[in-house]
Amino acid sequence: MTDHPISAPGAGIGRSLRVGLLVRRMMGTAGPVLAVVAGLLAIWYLAAIPMNAAQSVTDAERAGAAFDVSAAERRDMGGLSLVALAPGTALAGAYGQERPRLPAPHQVAGEMWASTFALGADCGPAERERDRLELFGRTWAVHEDCLAPVTSRRSLILHAGLTLAPTLLGFAIGSLLGVALAVGIVHSRVMDLSVMPWAIASQTIPILAIAPMIIVVMNSVGIQGLLPKAIISAYLSFFPVVVGMAKGLRAPSAADLDLMRTWGASGARILWHLRLPASAPYLFASLKIGVAAALVGAIVAELPTGAVRGLGARLLAGSYYGQTIQIWSALFAAAIAAALLVAAIGGIERGVLGRMGLRR
Amino acid sequence: MTTISATSLDLTFQTADGPVHALRGIDLTVEAGEFVSFIGPSGCGKTTFLRCVAALETPTAGELQVQGMTPDEARRARAYGYVFQAAGLYPWRTIGRNVTLPLEIMGYPKAERRERMERVLDLVELSGFANKYPWQLSGGMQQRASIARALSFDAGILLMDEPFGALDEIVRDRLNEELLALWARTGKTCLFVTHSIPEAVYLSTKIVVMSPRPGRIADVIDSPLPRERPLDIRDTPEFLAVAHRVREGLREGMEAA
Repeated sequence: MTDHPISAPGAGIGRSLRVGLLVRRMMGTAGPVLAVVAGLLAIWYLAAIPMNAAQSVTDAERAGAAFDVSAAERRDMGGLSLVALAPGTALAGAYGQERPRLPAPHQVAGEMWASTFALGADCGPAERERDRLELFGRTWAVHEDCLAPVTSRRSLILHAGLTLAPTLLGFAIGSLLGVALAVGIVHSRVMDLSVMPWAIASQTIPILAIAPMIIVVMNSVGIQGLLPKAIISAYLSFFPVVVGMAKGLRAPSAADLDLMRTWGASGARILWHLRLPASAPYLFASLKIGVAAALVGAIVAELPTGAVRGLGARLLAGSYYGQTIQIWSALFAAAIAAALLVAAIGGIERGVLGRMGLRR
Repeated sequence: MTTISATSLDLTFQTADGPVHALRGIDLTVEAGEFVSFIGPSGCGKTTFLRCVAALETPTAGELQVQGMTPDEARRARAYGYVFQAAGLYPWRTIGRNVTLPLEIMGYPKAERRERMERVLDLVELSGFANKYPWQLSGGMQQRASIARALSFDAGILLMDEPFGALDEIVRDRLNEELLALWARTGKTCLFVTHSIPEAVYLSTKIVVMSPRPGRIADVIDSPLPRERPLDIRDTPEFLAVAHRVREGLREGMEAA
């Protein structure tokens, strides 16, 4: 025996050194990332000045300031012209409006903070309870704004939780359906030729168009609540899983399959021992896309149901009442929720592939 | 005892560019315990013949018997173990679990799987590597593990399709030596496809020289070398004479094509 096993990468390095390397790598990327974020924030702040100029000038006029141009003429002027007309007023009024056309980042962040963590926890007993709702198998009390943070009716965590429930259920349904369809597609030529075109066609229909139909059809057979929303989530999330899994299940080479044949392995054995393990990396890539799509589906599903709670309902209510800050903070809450979901799948992926010996 | 007998075997692939005669009129008998090498240029049908024996291809004419059965019956009776050019170990299974995979599929009980796995890993000198993953092993060790896997279910025939083709000469020499020792210990019938003349002459009791278009047998050489073969037998006149005859056979086959 003269050949030795190639040692695992990093095996010879101590833990502290590895942590040090990690920190250094993150330091290396932190600078550029922060620069990009700072650039985006700067553009955002700059854009808010002309976007909100009309309101700034109107507010200033109400407060007693006089302008050379009448209100009627101002209506036809663009934001930049208004900034040129009254730069001081436009700048002063850009970041403090209640319903700005473009809220400034700190206003959105403030609203998110206020509706997530800073809902006053110091007031009122349970008589301020406004409503009760079922979520994740428990009954929760919904309180007036001033009560316990998480269960306040303004709480973004409450709304995100309400959207997350159909997201997760729909994601589970969609993923299982996607895997099942992919297994069928790989094993049956008839399914390959018949299912795939329909799956692709299904994704060309705008979800906004089909969501109300699903709600109406399911309502007519007596199904309401969580399930219709989950179905809409599943409708969006099954597709990436079908495509990814069909590819992954076909990943084994002809030689791998020949080897299985020489052992007289049945189709089920080949699926279990070869195709499914080989498809794991493809599955996780698909699941990450699928879970984000499921969240979009759940948000869209809240619009036609007239839901009063949930991130989608929050977006809709915000647009009804011109509450732009509320819209933006709900949008960011949705983006953060999606990022957390994708990160969670990424964590599971690292664990599973690591256990399978596929991560080096 | 005759293990494999082929009588005027033909195999024609129908392709878009017309029929391709992969095998034409193959007559060959392999006795039990023989080590037979198939050598020839690409496209001479040596791999195709091996795949016919393994029932991975079906001949279009002629007769082929494997241990007195049709190839498909022999496959189902687990008459052979197949070693491909690529080791084909599953990266998500340890070496030990790769070796037990065919046993799992064939329904061996767990205790016996373990016992057999230890025995064959010992045969290929990989004991102690059962819990390593394939990527932790060198190419030569991976190929040995793949041979262990083919040996695990005690098939009488070992079919090897250029198993050492992707390895460097030094590793290859050692594996050839080990393979001969393994063959001597287990008494298997070996069919071995190769591109290398020294490898074919060193290993074989019988060398089948093939030529392309259509794939056919140009010469069958029964080796006069003794079964006990140290590596330096390759410098003896007897060895060189056999190698010379193989080279002549290959040249004539190419000229006739």
